[in-house]
Amino acid sequence: MRLERRTTPSRAALLLAPVAAIAGTLLVASLLVAWAGAPVARAYALLLEGGFGSRFAITETLTRATPLILTGLAAAVAFRARLFNIGGEGQLYLGALAAVAVGGMHGGAGFALPAWLLFPAMMAAAALAGALLLLGPALLKSRYGVDEVVTTLLLNFIVLLFVGAMLDGPMKDPSAMGWPQSVALQEPLQLGRLVERSRVHTGLLGALALAVLLWALLAFTTLGFEIRAVGANARAAAFAGMPVTAVTVKVALLSGALAGLAGAVEVAGRAGYVTLDMSPGYGYSGIVIAMLAALHPLAVVAAAVFVAGILVGADSMSRTVGVPTYIADVIVATALIAVLVATLFTQYRVRRAVAK
Amino acid sequence: MPADSDPPPVLRLRGITKRFGPLLANDDISLDLAPGEVLALLGENGAGKSTLVSILFGHYMADAGTIEVDGRPLPPGQPRAALDAGIGMVHQHFTLADNLNVLDNVMLGTESLLSPFSRRGAARRRLIELGARFGLAVDPQARVATLSVGERQRVEILKALYRGARVLILDEPTAVLTPQESETLFDTLRQMVDAGLAIIFISHKLDEVLRVSQRIAVLRAGRLLAVLPAAGADKPLLAEAMVGRAIEMPRRVPAPPRTGTPACELRGATVRANAGPGRPLLEGVTLSVQPGEIVAVAGVSGNGQAVLAEVLCGQRALHAGSLHVAGQALPPRPRAFVDAGVARVPEDRHAVGVVGDLALWENAVLERYHRPAYARLGVVKRGAAIADARALVERFDVRGTEAAGLHTPARRLSGGNMQKLILGRALMAAGGEGAVTPPLIVANQPTWGLDVGAVAYVHRQLLAAAAAGSGIVLVSEDLEEVFALADRIAVMHAGRLGEAHPAHAWTPASIGLAMAGGAPRPAAAAA
Repeated sequence: MRLERRTTPSRAALLLAPVAAIAGTLLVASLLVAWAGAPVARAYALLLEGGFGSRFAITETLTRATPLILTGLAAAVAFRARLFNIGGEGQLYLGALAAVAVGGMHGGAGFALPAWLLFPAMMAAAALAGALLLLGPALLKSRYGVDEVVTTLLLNFIVLLFVGAMLDGPMKDPSAMGWPQSVALQEPLQLGRLVERSRVHTGLLGALALAVLLWALLAFTTLGFEIRAVGANARAAAFAGMPVTAVTVKVALLSGALAGLAGAVEVAGRAGYVTLDMSPGYGYSGIVIAMLAALHPLAVVAAAVFVAGILVGADSMSRTVGVPTYIADVIVATALIAVLVATLFTQYRVRRAVAK
Repeated sequence: MPADSDPPPVLRLRGITKRFGPLLANDDISLDLAPGEVLALLGENGAGKSTLVSILFGHYMADAGTIEVDGRPLPPGQPRAALDAGIGMVHQHFTLADNLNVLDNVMLGTESLLSPFSRRGAARRRLIELGARFGLAVDPQARVATLSVGERQRVEILKALYRGARVLILDEPTAVLTPQESETLFDTLRQMVDAGLAIIFISHKLDEVLRVSQRIAVLRAGRLLAVLPAAGADKPLLAEAMVGRAIEMPRRVPAPPRTGTPACELRGATVRANAGPGRPLLEGVTLSVQPGEIVAVAGVSGNGQAVLAEVLCGQRALHAGSLHVAGQALPPRPRAFVDAGVARVPEDRHAVGVVGDLALWENAVLERYHRPAYARLGVVKRGAAIADARALVERFDVRGTEAAGLHTPARRLSGGNMQKLILGRALMAAGGEGAVTPPLIVANQPTWGLDVGAVAYVHRQLLAAAAAGSGIVLVSEDLEEVFALADRIAVMHAGRLGEAHPAHAWTPASIGLAMAGGAPRPAAAAA
């Protein structure tokens, strides 16, 4: 057996690849479900119902999808320029922390500024925190060729420990009975509900707007042109006169800002304060989502909703048939591998080399 | 000696057919090869030469057809079986391990993993004996990394002979050699043929094919057009058979050099590797090109021409010396060079020339998308860019864009059309909106790997630009091209550039000597 490159990947294959990937994922996961002793068909039905089957399920899925859209966009734009930002998780936490630093009730009241001024300042701080966190790895990559996968990944742990230190130190909420959690956000800064009696908040609209904006940026602007060219062939882009380092830095700022905003939106839309378990790996899931979406900003929205639905549905499935919720993580991780394999097969075909 | 019936063929191909999607790469090809014969495979890029030998060597499996070696069928798709049957191949890009010595490279893969002892002594004796017999002397202990390109090719041939090859396939073997090294190779080939080996010689250089081979198989568009005896064939006949129509190769008409500000003035240019110690990549290079003049930089690949071209394209800063383009010193940034009107054609079309995944129209404006004509407030003016791309496609005859038009990914263009796109882009970017001639054109291997028609096209464009007043630096390893186009020729060796003498003062022999690092002056001037 060997791989032969296809001369031109067909359109049908490109569209079919993600579908085939998801089908393959569910097939693999069904083995684990069966192993856990649950009826496979019923378990999947429950998963689907729990994720999308009711008003409650849908609102929960959309709530979960909101930060995922943002981290997915963060990964997508960075990967487009071949800046492999694995640090979405850290950028998200630092963004959340920055949001509370600006908009929190320090000393019981916080900054005495009107909400219309404080809210943008809070969002800007979160975006800036995420952006600056990725700036270092981007510069190290451009200047010295340091692998950004390693630096961004390791920064996640550093940031998490830093956030932990802050939550147990200067930003600790004195009224939290000793729990390591930050002071709460000022009431007027919290995001409103989008749907009555649900947890969906207006952050979803923001995330959708950013997806459209990012799509337009990539498709229509000179910066988007540069990002696509640098990502597809940095040597040719540099030869043609594109400022490759500047483009990489801009992409880093953009990607980090999006992940930072994910943290701020999550804080302002849900808990209202930062804890160390506020993100069940949203930053990492964003990478999977970006890959599932083939790095297309609008497809990121769909992929995020899909992943969120699995995560939410797995909760309700596990309550009913007793399959551990970890099945959701397995499904998401398997989906990433399946998508990578499916993408490979759109580019290559398998040939049996030896006859008899 | 056309092999009629007397010796039985050592190799027999029957009805070899291979399809890649809609492309018929080999269409019912049948060939015989007699022992002691050199058969040339002649054809343009994409004619099916590589596919045919890949099938022969077992890299590909034919859709139909059979191969027999000494009357025994060769199992398809198994390089191992081809090697065992005595088929050896010397690829254009060598497949040697740089960090091992010659003996290790030759023995690589020939010993059983299960045998407890290595037979290095015997292998070494055999290698020396083979080398002496065929004039392929190489020190078995030398590390491959320290060998010259010609020596590495000898190691590749020895590797095939060591494995008992009786049919040797040479893929464009002279592409990397100086004329003198090519002569040595031809001597070796003669000795191998005398010893009864059969050789398949792949080339698109007509002179060589006529000199080396007994029979010439001409391929075009996957079909075997004719097998001609070399005796009695001549270049125009072969060229026409290969291309399917008569191609007139343009030649430089000598014109008196223009005076004025030089298009390009390089003085004492030195570039060091990573600014570290060791031999500089470029050492004290001085070169002056007048408007309307074509100066060729010849040399064996890897002697600093690539670095020189990078300097002239704004990709590298000088550590010492100066560069003026049309009297102006430029910062070492590609965009500054583009904006100063330097039209640049890079060596590697696919890797550096275009962004393959972007559309044709996007590649057409890759150097100038940021200018006010194509962008306003950070938004690309798609209409203007596409209109310009369309003008480029029409003016420079870029084809293969019918299906998706200007939205075809550039990667799908053939080499010739890709080069037309790059050349057109460079000339249009440098020329601004109209058809202004750029002051300087830097063309690095502009016709490498192109078919004859595309070569003629590129040459005509360069000659027209020179006639209109552009100064041109032509970096080329193809001496035929150098002599066809250049007013003056300078030879590069080990990072140093000899003086540029008028083209008529050089002979192939003198230029070969200079390329090998000998006297850097034309023999005609010395004699």
